[in-house]
Amino acid sequence: MPEVSSALSLSTVVLFIPIVGFLAILVFLREEQHTEQIKWTALGTSLVAFVVSLLLWIGYDASVPGLQMVQRNDWLPSAGISFYVGVDGLSLLLIILTTFIMPLAILSSFRVHVLEERGRQKLYYAFMLLLEFAMLGVFMAQDLFLFYVFWEITLVPMYFLIGIWGAEQRMYAAVKFFLYTMAGSILMLLAILYVGIQAGTFSLPDIVAGIQSGAIAFPMDGVLSSTQSFLFLGFFIAFAIKVPLWPFHSWLPDAHVQAPTAGSVILAGVLLKLGTYGIVRFCLPLFPEASVAWAPYVAVLAIIGIIYGAWVSYAQKDVKKLVAYSSVSHLGFVVLGIFALNAQGIQGGILQMVNHGISTGGLFLLVGMLYERRHTKAMDAFGGIWKAMPLFGGLSLIVVLSSMGLPGLNGFVGEFVILLGSFGSSVLGPLFTLFATLGVILAAVYMLYMFQKVFMGELDKEENKNLPQLHWQELAVLIPIIIAIFWIGLQPRPFFDTMDASVNQVVEQVHPYVVQAENTAMLTVDEFVQTAAVR
Amino acid sequence: MNLNDILSNPDLLPWLIPVGPLLAFFIIMLATNRAKMVPATSHEYGGHHPDYDGMKVPVVTLQSRILSVTVGMLGTLTAWVLSLITVSNAFGAQHFGEEVFGDRLNWLATGVGEFTMGVLVDPFTTVMLIMVPIAVTMIFIYSIGYMAHDPRQSRFFALISLFAGAMLTLVVADNLLLMFVGWEIMGLCSYLLIGFWFEKESAYKAAIKAFTTTRVADVIMLLGIAYLYASAGTLSFRDILYNEAMLEHLASTPAIILGGWGLSAAGLIGVFLIIGTIGKSAQFPLHVWLPDAMEGPTPVSAMIHAAAMVSAGVYAIIRMYPLFEAGGNPHAGEFTTPLMLMAIVGGFTALFSATIAVAQNDVKRVLAYSTISQLGFMMAALGIGAYIAAAFHLITHAFFKALLFMASGSVIHGMEHGEHHVHEHHAHDEHDEAHGHDDHHDHGHHFDPQDMMNMGGLRKTMPVTFWTFLLGGLSLSGFPLLTAGFWSKDEILADAWLGLTHGFGAPAFVFIMLCLAAFLTAFYTMRQLGLTFMGEPRTEEAAHANLGQGIVSFTMTLPLIILAFLAVVAGFAGVHPDFPLFGAIFSPEHNWFHHFVGPTLLHEPASIDFSIVPVLFSFGVALGGLGLGYWMYWRKPLEAGQPDPLVSILGTVHPVLKNKYYLDELYATLFIQPSQWFARVVVSDFMDHGIIDGVLHLIARVFTWIGDLIKNLNIWLIDGVGDGIPELIAIFGTWFRRIQTGRIQQYMLLVVIAMIVIALIFAVSSGFLVQAAG
Repeated sequence: MPEVSSALSLSTVVLFIPIVGFLAILVFLREEQHTEQIKWTALGTSLVAFVVSLLLWIGYDASVPGLQMVQRNDWLPSAGISFYVGVDGLSLLLIILTTFIMPLAILSSFRVHVLEERGRQKLYYAFMLLLEFAMLGVFMAQDLFLFYVFWEITLVPMYFLIGIWGAEQRMYAAVKFFLYTMAGSILMLLAILYVGIQAGTFSLPDIVAGIQSGAIAFPMDGVLSSTQSFLFLGFFIAFAIKVPLWPFHSWLPDAHVQAPTAGSVILAGVLLKLGTYGIVRFCLPLFPEASVAWAPYVAVLAIIGIIYGAWVSYAQKDVKKLVAYSSVSHLGFVVLGIFALNAQGIQGGILQMVNHGISTGGLFLLVGMLYERRHTKAMDAFGGIWKAMPLFGGLSLIVVLSSMGLPGLNGFVGEFVILLGSFGSSVLGPLFTLFATLGVILAAVYMLYMFQKVFMGELDKEENKNLPQLHWQELAVLIPIIIAIFWIGLQPRPFFDTMDASVNQVVEQVHPYVVQAENTAMLTVDEFVQTAAVR
Repeated sequence: MNLNDILSNPDLLPWLIPVGPLLAFFIIMLATNRAKMVPATSHEYGGHHPDYDGMKVPVVTLQSRILSVTVGMLGTLTAWVLSLITVSNAFGAQHFGEEVFGDRLNWLATGVGEFTMGVLVDPFTTVMLIMVPIAVTMIFIYSIGYMAHDPRQSRFFALISLFAGAMLTLVVADNLLLMFVGWEIMGLCSYLLIGFWFEKESAYKAAIKAFTTTRVADVIMLLGIAYLYASAGTLSFRDILYNEAMLEHLASTPAIILGGWGLSAAGLIGVFLIIGTIGKSAQFPLHVWLPDAMEGPTPVSAMIHAAAMVSAGVYAIIRMYPLFEAGGNPHAGEFTTPLMLMAIVGGFTALFSATIAVAQNDVKRVLAYSTISQLGFMMAALGIGAYIAAAFHLITHAFFKALLFMASGSVIHGMEHGEHHVHEHHAHDEHDEAHGHDDHHDHGHHFDPQDMMNMGGLRKTMPVTFWTFLLGGLSLSGFPLLTAGFWSKDEILADAWLGLTHGFGAPAFVFIMLCLAAFLTAFYTMRQLGLTFMGEPRTEEAAHANLGQGIVSFTMTLPLIILAFLAVVAGFAGVHPDFPLFGAIFSPEHNWFHHFVGPTLLHEPASIDFSIVPVLFSFGVALGGLGLGYWMYWRKPLEAGQPDPLVSILGTVHPVLKNKYYLDELYATLFIQPSQWFARVVVSDFMDHGIIDGVLHLIARVFTWIGDLIKNLNIWLIDGVGDGIPELIAIFGTWFRRIQTGRIQQYMLLVVIAMIVIALIFAVSSGFLVQAAG
């Protein structure tokens, strides 16, 4: 058990930094006079959050699996509910991802046309910071109830971001997003209440410890009709909708396409990961037996999603929609990795969450830049843009390649480790991997198709011939993405080291229920290093 | 640790070999790739571009050009020098093979295992380190002239540096993962370079075709890598391939699929890896990308066809050979599944693509099919256990194929020169020759400078190109005794013959296929040479074809001469000691190549006894093919307007060969069009918008219906909550299309109702409440 203190911890500091900016904007700044100040306050706040979150990473001791920088204060003691936050290897990278994406999303909004048109900039930037707060809260919360509160708060700013500053069909998309996610959450709320009441506490570490010691048990006496299965599904369906796992994905393309650029970036960059993170954080440790039992079925959905998402992407004529559907495919990979239920799969899954946040977030930023110039997202409206904007073309290519999983860039590392994990998994196995690789092929097809449609070919449209080059603010948004892409691709070690101990802990919790495949061909490295006639 | 320590330590030195070109790539991309925007009509952009009237286009500045070329050359030369030092270290080492140079770093740790990244120089790597840097440097020098006027010259040098860096990474990699990294980056480079003139439809289509075709194979290879890692726990070459216990283990474990039919883990992994090579090295049925790949600038073709890319495919399987052989012994007639696969695919491809090459009129396309065919030779050789011969042929082929491509590039360049001349002459146009090559294909003429039917008589105006092309062609044909191609091809045939005399099926098949293919090779080479260089010019352009004067001409000619020299002498490194006369001269003690490369394997391959029969076959097919070609195309060169005599001789077969057995069309009908249709109509429209969104909307309607029910039947609800709800429920029914009122409170209320209803349904249907209560 981690040392639990009620003193202010660094994680709480990071969590509340956005709220400081949020309040500052709401209280001190006025829409009309302070437009510039509002923008820079928001950006400054998010940058401070980023820097402090790096301190979090630096201060984190990766060799210890449990929670660190913990803070716990009583909230509703009679119900066993507390304000309980902390970080570990599962959440730390995602926290960094959040604080990394937010400044970029905010900076990218500075030059967005629709904000000028529709106004209410104060509200916009306030919502951005509120959203950051809520997302950080989701990643840090160690109390089921607190988690649920943050989970629901994330919906509100995003709903308004889409609803107020979105494209033509924004209301349909916003409501679909809100209701769909809400419908899932309600199942989770029931499950949370059940678990909390049964356990007598809502503290996740306490409950998990209880499960480990046998003090708390959720009976698992059948895949379809046992308590544990129902509870698992209660959580899982909420997460699956958020991910979104096929066939719960249909809110995503609408939300992505209608949302303003920054909204799409945050949606793809962070919000979707709340789902996959939730699976690792809650489903696996709380319901290990059900997780094992459901793993093959979930993996089948994940694989359908991988192939299906890729295939639908290929059929799109709208750049943003293509990128949106590609998320379905990529997140399928993440889910596949997680439900391999071994260390490699889960680590690959977590890294791939980060990768997808960076690459797909980057893609949405690029699409946004195109949109600002041409006010269209139809691929047919482009062609030969590489000639008109050579630098933009080159940077786009890097992001596209990262999304395709080219070795040397970030996407490959995650994909490769996930494939290894699912191949060696005793729950899934090679057949799953075989189908998943189809998605890797298709990713190349639709991504290159998109790149060709937009950037290659003759520059034959009159409107495209004198497009402005990248503004320094746009470059400032893209360059961190490019750096991250190369960094993770070339030197992934720090990322794996960070999550290694925590992931192993989760694997150990699930491990007793994983029936070892009998005739596994796997041999340990040691056995062979000994016999190997290495030089 | 300072640089000196690394340079003086043979174990660490290999790390630096790929660094030069990789660094050059980044320096050029970040620093020296400076373009200025000029009006598209300006002189710098080559004058007339009606498509871009009124816009500014980027053109690399002169300063950037010079810097980029310098940086690129420096990177490559560094790699060459470091390779030479490594090679000389290797030559000086004792028991080289058993002892190797290498170093490892931990790259990442994933739960149960560590991935290391490392370098390895063993004898086979050493010979690659002789070949690759030479070929790459020649290609660089050649590119200086060839790309001199391209508006994106800097980018070209950056990409080709990256290409070289990736190839060198692949060559020095000590494990499959790092090799795969180099492998994929080369795939990227080929994509970018084939599509270098991305404005052209044919170019970007070819680029995408190349990338996706090889990607299919790469992903299967990746599966093989995953499988290998799962079974062996490591991806390091030495730990797997130089380790008897490991190979035995892999060969005795049944495979995860078809294991019941006697397929071992090693067999299935082998098959996966070989499929990777079938894509990369353009073997049937994944060869279709390579002929289209010539859409890129010609130095790129040389890079892809000789120094890197396709060689990498064969390199990989030669590297992994012990794994394929594990559990079998080809010299005793025990062929494992991977070996059989290679023998069949290689043998078939060798002949198959040779027949296509016969009927092509595009000077580069003939060479493209000859590459596919020659790679088939190597595959087939490996399939019958001729390890050394395959490696040898890989090296010699790289020299003469790089030569042939660059010589054909010179021919094309010369033809374009002639075209300008004619153009200027006729139109009195101020058309300057300062053009990128791409401009010609797009604007105006229908003249094809690559069509051999438009050539003829070029030996007079382009003598150096002619003689070097001739030497390269003879080497490709395996002209006896004097050319490198003869010695390496002969060694493959000798191995196959040995198997045949023992009555083994695979070698017999390989021997027959390769003999036929070699005959055709000699024939189509003669045809190509005849059509291009002999007789009188068939067009005005051909009459004026030349390379001009100055630096362009010089940089494009020098590499040809050097490679022509190598295309002749490289073969003498691998002469059988018992070969009459030549054996005594070149291999007084032992076959140098065999002796040096053999120890790469744990069990050094035995050298086979000399037999005169396969040599006679080699003589026969080479001279026969050359003779037939001479008789048809040299003796009586084609006149202008005269059809190719082959058309009438082959009759109805000719269109089939000319159209490459209609495979492109077949693939389009079988795979590409159906998948596009399936994506749009079935998956996107029917599934996604029809069923999935349909179900969702249906649920919404059901809720509406429930809402209406509540509205009509349960007035108390309205009393209880307020008058707003029925209105909201009705709005719910049209699935929000009408509600663009922006009244947020309404939506919130709506949400709450939905939540409650869903919760109730869930609770009731699952019996959850009952359980919870109990």
